[in-house]
Amino acid sequence: MKPTRVIGQPRRRVDGRAKVTGQTRFADDIILPRMVHCRLLRSTQPHARIVTVDTGKAAQVDGVHLVLTGESFPISYGILPVSHDEHALCRDKVRFVGDPVAAVIARDEMTADLAVNLIDVTYEPLRTFASPADSLEHDEPRIHDYGDHGNVHKAVALQFGDVDAALGAADHVFDDVFHFEGNTHLPIEQHAAIALKDPDGKLVIYSSTQTPHYLHRALAKALAMPAAHIRVIATPNGGGFGGKSDPFNHEIVVAKAALLLDRPVKICLNREEVFYCHRGRHPVTMRFRTGITTDGKITGLDLETLLDGGSYGSYGVASTFYTGALQTVTYDIPRYRFRGCRVFTNKPPCGPKRGHGTPQSRFGQEVQLDKIAEHLKRDPAELRLGMIAPAETLTANYLRVGTIGLAECIRTVVDRSNWSEKFRKLPLGRGVGLACSSYLSGAGLPINWNDLPHSGVQLKLDRSGGVTVFCGATEIGQGSDDVLVGIVAEVLGIDPFDVRAVTGDTDLTPVDLGSYSSRVTLMMGNAAIQAAERAREILAGPVASKLEIPADRLVFADRRVFDGENPDRGVSFQEAVCIAEARVGTIGTTGSYTPPKSAGHFKGGGVGPSPTYSYTAAVVEVDVDAETGWISVPRVWIAHDIGRSLNPTLVRGQVEGSVYMGLGEALMEEQAFRRLPPRLSSALVHKFPSMLEYKSPTSLDMPEIFTDLIEHPDPRGPFGAKEVGQGPLLPIMPAVANAVYDAVGVRVDEIPVTPEKILRALQARAAGKPARFGPASFPEIAWPAPLLVTPPQEGGDGRASNEPERRSRRKADAGIEATAGVRPSTPLRAGPSIVEGRS
Amino acid sequence: MKVRLKCTVNQEPVEVLADDYKTLLEVLREDLQLTGTKHGCELGECGACAVLVDGTPVLSCLVLAVESEGRRITTVEGLAADGRLHPLQKCFADLGAAQCGYCTPGILITAKALLDAEPNPSRARICEALSGNLCRCTGYLQIVEAVEAAAKAPR
Repeated sequence: MKPTRVIGQPRRRVDGRAKVTGQTRFADDIILPRMVHCRLLRSTQPHARIVTVDTGKAAQVDGVHLVLTGESFPISYGILPVSHDEHALCRDKVRFVGDPVAAVIARDEMTADLAVNLIDVTYEPLRTFASPADSLEHDEPRIHDYGDHGNVHKAVALQFGDVDAALGAADHVFDDVFHFEGNTHLPIEQHAAIALKDPDGKLVIYSSTQTPHYLHRALAKALAMPAAHIRVIATPNGGGFGGKSDPFNHEIVVAKAALLLDRPVKICLNREEVFYCHRGRHPVTMRFRTGITTDGKITGLDLETLLDGGSYGSYGVASTFYTGALQTVTYDIPRYRFRGCRVFTNKPPCGPKRGHGTPQSRFGQEVQLDKIAEHLKRDPAELRLGMIAPAETLTANYLRVGTIGLAECIRTVVDRSNWSEKFRKLPLGRGVGLACSSYLSGAGLPINWNDLPHSGVQLKLDRSGGVTVFCGATEIGQGSDDVLVGIVAEVLGIDPFDVRAVTGDTDLTPVDLGSYSSRVTLMMGNAAIQAAERAREILAGPVASKLEIPADRLVFADRRVFDGENPDRGVSFQEAVCIAEARVGTIGTTGSYTPPKSAGHFKGGGVGPSPTYSYTAAVVEVDVDAETGWISVPRVWIAHDIGRSLNPTLVRGQVEGSVYMGLGEALMEEQAFRRLPPRLSSALVHKFPSMLEYKSPTSLDMPEIFTDLIEHPDPRGPFGAKEVGQGPLLPIMPAVANAVYDAVGVRVDEIPVTPEKILRALQARAAGKPARFGPASFPEIAWPAPLLVTPPQEGGDGRASNEPERRSRRKADAGIEATAGVRPSTPLRAGPSIVEGRS
Repeated sequence: MKVRLKCTVNQEPVEVLADDYKTLLEVLREDLQLTGTKHGCELGECGACAVLVDGTPVLSCLVLAVESEGRRITTVEGLAADGRLHPLQKCFADLGAAQCGYCTPGILITAKALLDAEPNPSRARICEALSGNLCRCTGYLQIVEAVEAAAKAPR
């Protein structure tokens, strides 16, 4: 590794001071003159036709400025182009308790709240679909009038090679069913947004969004406005975890209201509303049929998943494919069939939460591997070491994997946890479990397919010696501003605190697609390197000629630019900028990053590709009371293949934060629903929409965590870095379940692993039944015929043999949808360019 | 109805006319524009709104502003003194204890109350004192270590 001065050093993050002084300005911290406040009226019915909405009384309340209903929002929107199924306020029907029906904008929140409760809505209730079984069984009434059929939103089937033959040729076929309950992000910051008309009459919105670019697109479409007349500013998010990645109805409502009223309109959701906004982890039932040889090789995998999507599309089609995408990235699976089905139900929409669609099936696969090891009398770590996917190759489902540090991760946690002295050797009630995972370092394809860069960075340098870096990336706590600034500082040889970051502002910053899919470090980081190297080049020429040495001898370090062979000969960084500015004029550069093209050319092949993947292994130790099922976790060992750690202080925080969130999912968190009693309408409501009752771990619940970073730089990442924000969460849930088996000898094949479920499995064993708690079977689903794709190892070309010619995905798309009858947006310049000018 | 409230906020005398139904949290954020204090639930569940009232940490979302008449209130804006960060702030920034930073003000305030009462708390005591403050980003360990480091720092 080339020596670095910023990269790899544990540092205070550049925005650290703002965060500890309370000066970080979150969306709800913005207070503007003439500001008015918005509250939404939400449906009390889970599924109903809207007959009438009477806003008369609300409009007459003193202090009310505006009342809006679905009539003001005729245009639908949604995050995925294939499911624009939302309106900012419901028009014809409501689909879950919490669906917004009307909005009041008033002088203060109290008045808006009072008025919103005076709106009278008449509903005609429709049948409520409370579970996927319900939705599979009954086609009518349909929750949406689009989707595959009935209440099936999407059913997909892909087959890579002759899986039935592969299972037939195996020595053993393991057939297991698992369930992963839904859970939610629970960011401490409630969603907030404030919209206004700027003095030019254009729309500005500040919002706690992870994806300002997609909000920009959604606003342009839903409000039928030119995108160039809309400015989206993503305020730093008080936690996101995927929950602020959709364009939200409340954002569109305040935008519309600000345009109508010509004054700032603010909304901040209350905690109950945040639970109902959701877009979190899909509940997934899954069936793994895995063929294994006696020497522990996988011959083939047949995976079925059933996702409870809730009431809207959200990211659901992508989530569905993600439940089947990454199995082959982790383990060598030569033949693979994946069938996934997402159904609509009358619950808050599910979407992406940390790990997006992959944690559920990761749980199933890792627990099944534990059962396989048990059956084959093999050590689970050793079994996995023998089946790791080969590096730098194409998987059976056409994912191009880069470096793989998984073997080292496994060996590290085995060694550090003293695994061989513990596994199957601890006293009754104490156990250890191991699991592994892999995750994307950024989605290889954009949500709206086009050939534009995924991340853009601009740099401005001037005679002050100051450097400003501009990027559309969004700071959600993960430290993206720090990564951006750290990279620029490293390349230019200055201190991170010499660099000012301007981020997440669609007017000021080049597009970055957003803080999702663990894409920011790799994509923004590569764009930042390009921009900074171009700036260095601009400085190098004039400085080299002044020093009368070849430019390649120059070193940029310690705020100086100097002769590497004679370090005393040089200029300060500020002088270097002045010399260059005098020579070439105003200095600015840009950098861009576009991921490599994916290898799969079949429908569904767009979900899963990534420039490279991270790998993790974890050992979890549990204490289980064999009488009560009470479970606690005293210790976790985790090793993460990060390629290169850019700021170890932040990286450790991501790993430990992932372990924490994984333990919450493993042990207690549930986004669960119940029916109100008939006298209260029988509506389907959230079981516990409060932070007290939705249990999440506190400081008292945290185990000791032993973190190791495996650093073998991947050439695809900036300075060799891969992702760390999501991967380390994934092995925690299966490792907990595997540890419970080691501790008390019962299988809990369902997340969360609660004391009640452990106890029921213990009771089942005592009654002579299988020592297990979990789903008995996988539901019957009428699967479509699979697309047949021959794996690359069997001579395939990445195309499905039975798929009609695919529409080219190079369809015209300037990055922002142009709505019919609306002036198209200003054309965006694609591709990298160096911006230089002379005054 | 508006009521007049006189108290001390971050060692400065404050006099404000505020709606009688408002909580201390709302008056701090909306009327005094001290937005460093956060809210996560407004039901006393998350700890984000903690402030010191006469040196004791309270959840400002559960206190009516009028109850603070004549009290000494300290918010995150009042932790730094003479242009220098409080050792807790410095350690939180240096050691990765603030990720998104949203729960941070409430945790800093709670930790300050702990260190003021117990200058050298054990790790178990720190975890206990902070157990009413939810953090969704860090997994708490870097927070606990930052409090330990601040306890050792000269004050």
